[in-house]
Amino acid sequence: MDALAIYALRLGDDALILGQRLSEWCGHAPALEVDLSLANMALDQVGQATHFLGLAGVLEGKGRDADALAFHRDVMDFTNCLLVEQPNGDFAQTIARQFLYAHYQHLLFERMATVNDERFAAIAAKAVKETAYHAQLASDWVIRLGDGTDESRARMIAGLDWMWRFVDEMFAMDDIDEAALKAGAGIDKTALRAAWDERVNAALAEATLERPASRRPVLGGRAGRHSEHLGHLLTHMQFLQRAYPGATW
Amino acid sequence: MSIGDTHRIGAALARVPDPEIPAVSVLDLGIVRAIEANRVTITPTYTGCPATLAIEQAIRAALDDAGFRHVAIETTLSPPWSTDWISEEGREKLRAYGIAPPPKGANAASLKNETPAECPRCASHNTEEISRFGSTPCKALWRCKACAEPFDRFKCH
Repeated sequence: MDALAIYALRLGDDALILGQRLSEWCGHAPALEVDLSLANMALDQVGQATHFLGLAGVLEGKGRDADALAFHRDVMDFTNCLLVEQPNGDFAQTIARQFLYAHYQHLLFERMATVNDERFAAIAAKAVKETAYHAQLASDWVIRLGDGTDESRARMIAGLDWMWRFVDEMFAMDDIDEAALKAGAGIDKTALRAAWDERVNAALAEATLERPASRRPVLGGRAGRHSEHLGHLLTHMQFLQRAYPGATW
Repeated sequence: MSIGDTHRIGAALARVPDPEIPAVSVLDLGIVRAIEANRVTITPTYTGCPATLAIEQAIRAALDDAGFRHVAIETTLSPPWSTDWISEEGREKLRAYGIAPPPKGANAASLKNETPAECPRCASHNTEEISRFGSTPCKALWRCKACAEPFDRFKCH
């Protein structure tokens, strides 16, 4: 795959894995309204994944479509960032992951909607509005849980503490990112960091929570070096194609 | 091909209901972006809308039934769909169906839905949001404090 195809693949993998994680809550959320929210956000993510993986397949030019890329790759071929594959844990841990990623994704799509490559810009412009909803919903819950009971506050702190070491990877730039930026399809992710910090800090302040201490970042997802969690996720997501390769209906 | 054909295609599409909100047609919702003699262009509402495929299949069936088997269906993402594209007639149909239509000016509007929804049953503005996400991705769940009825609000998008 060339750089642009890999760039589309990364965007698709982030959305697909986060969508799969969120969908694991379906039927298990603490309240009906939350169940609907998580399932709807999962749908948005899987929809975005369909577009980006479809584009990756077109750019690769070997006849692979979005389904082939989602279901016929193994764990070391996935290029999502480590944050999105982290386990759901309790509701607060899921909200922590959603909060950190949704604000990044919203800023990313806002910027990408203006790039010259209209294939990337169109998907981003389409997704930016729904992503704004995800970011706001996650912030609302961080505030509610953080500034809530002793129990909800302790869980929110623990959730953020688990997820925080995976933040830096979202904004990291490598050769693929630089090539996509030069080609007019990608964006400078480091330029998103100041606005992300501002939004995250504002919500944390309203939640009466401290920003977690800076930790040594954990990297590697973009290069296919994943946590053990992703392999388990794929065994569920890809079960049917693993058991019955090529099955269609 | 004649102007008459595009009118007849439009009439066929006006009979295709949205699969999740059957009170309105795909034309009312603004899903159909262009009707040409040999091509119909459609756009999804939400990226992850699970009805997208069902809508395309329903449009295909309606075109075939009306004798337009040669008319192709194309999907475009750009410009992205907005609730501003829901027609006035569509808004009235939504209200009659019990769904508060979205406020106009989606692109400029705040996501916080700061203006209270108008209750589709009693027209009161004394309403509150219960859940940001409702029975479909495009709707939020609201409650009327005047008549105590819950209702769906089409999200401004």
